[in-house]
Amino acid sequence: MANFRLPANSRIRRDGKVFKAPAGAKKVRTFRIYRFDPDSAENPRLDTYEVDMGSCGPMVLDALIKIKNEVDSTLTFRRSCREGICGSCAMNIDGLNTLACTRACDDISGDVAIYPLPHMPVVKDLVPDLTQFYAQYASIKPWLQTHTPAPADGERLQSKADQEKIDRPSACILCACCSTSCPSYWWNSDRYLGPAALLAAYRWIIDSRDEATGERLDALEDPFKLYRCHTIMNCTEACPKDLNPAKAIAEIKKLLAERKN
Amino acid sequence: MSLRSPLGEALGRGPAHDGVHHWIVQRVTAVALAVLTVWFVLSLVQLPLADHARVSAWIAEGSHPVCIALLVITATWHSRLGVQVVIEDYVHGRHSKVVLLIVNVFAHVLVAAIALLAVLRLVLRSFG
Repeated sequence: MANFRLPANSRIRRDGKVFKAPAGAKKVRTFRIYRFDPDSAENPRLDTYEVDMGSCGPMVLDALIKIKNEVDSTLTFRRSCREGICGSCAMNIDGLNTLACTRACDDISGDVAIYPLPHMPVVKDLVPDLTQFYAQYASIKPWLQTHTPAPADGERLQSKADQEKIDRPSACILCACCSTSCPSYWWNSDRYLGPAALLAAYRWIIDSRDEATGERLDALEDPFKLYRCHTIMNCTEACPKDLNPAKAIAEIKKLLAERKN
Repeated sequence: MSLRSPLGEALGRGPAHDGVHHWIVQRVTAVALAVLTVWFVLSLVQLPLADHARVSAWIAEGSHPVCIALLVITATWHSRLGVQVVIEDYVHGRHSKVVLLIVNVFAHVLVAAIALLAVLRLVLRSFG
């Protein structure tokens, strides 16, 4: 059956450490952060950090970096670009999957709860194991496939209208916020490709230069790979780039239905 | 822990080349159900439901048995498809899933057969 409770060794202990704000701090925010150390035999716990926002940047990532630099260097998370283009700092903040670098602390009321992306194996603290997620992306063959040789003297041409069709789907940064917010992906991630991989598949299906449209649709015509999507729309709600994976999946279903009739 | 490559896991046994028909039928039966259910509920509201004889007579009247038979077939067909999806979503045991999928079909066919037989008996009784 689907797992509605965390496995016994993943349940979160409530006796985490508390790191008080330094004396003289003027604007204190409390961050409750999921901690898991794979080298210990202990269950995960929630640690509490009081941060002086008077000497901290506005974003959640700024607070995490401040905690790591000044309070607890063992706190582990991914980050790189700090401007919403690399997708590294995707995590569950205040109950929503999003990027820590583009989520402002002031937009969150009360304590800031931070967990790793849901329902993924945790490597350490806020770092999920995305191996399967990337393999699913690779499985949709995210590259141009053609039979016609490329023009000898130039690029494969595409009209402006055709380019605009792939413009938005191409903006996906593979942060995994969408797939890990999807209950269908939680229950069946071993067989359901998830919204991110399907959005990428759609991007290549509608690319006017690609000549493997039929093969791409064939590869998705499956009760699990595609049709586990029940239009729950969490993916679209979570996407920090304002993309619409749910619509892309619906369009793939329409293309398959039209092909049949 | 599997030593199979992540891409091998993701590709699995390949696509089943199935699912489109299920998806289309689920939507077509939903449209039919929307029409038939509205007709059925509006009709029932106008009937004295406490009067068994009146309701039985109404079911056997004119085109009513045909519409009710269509409602029964469409509702059980749509439900069969929906429950199948729920089982596929939540039941992951290799054997338990297959058993439940078969029971799902049998149960819906049984419900449909009993309902259709009931309508047929009322029609036949109205003649005699």
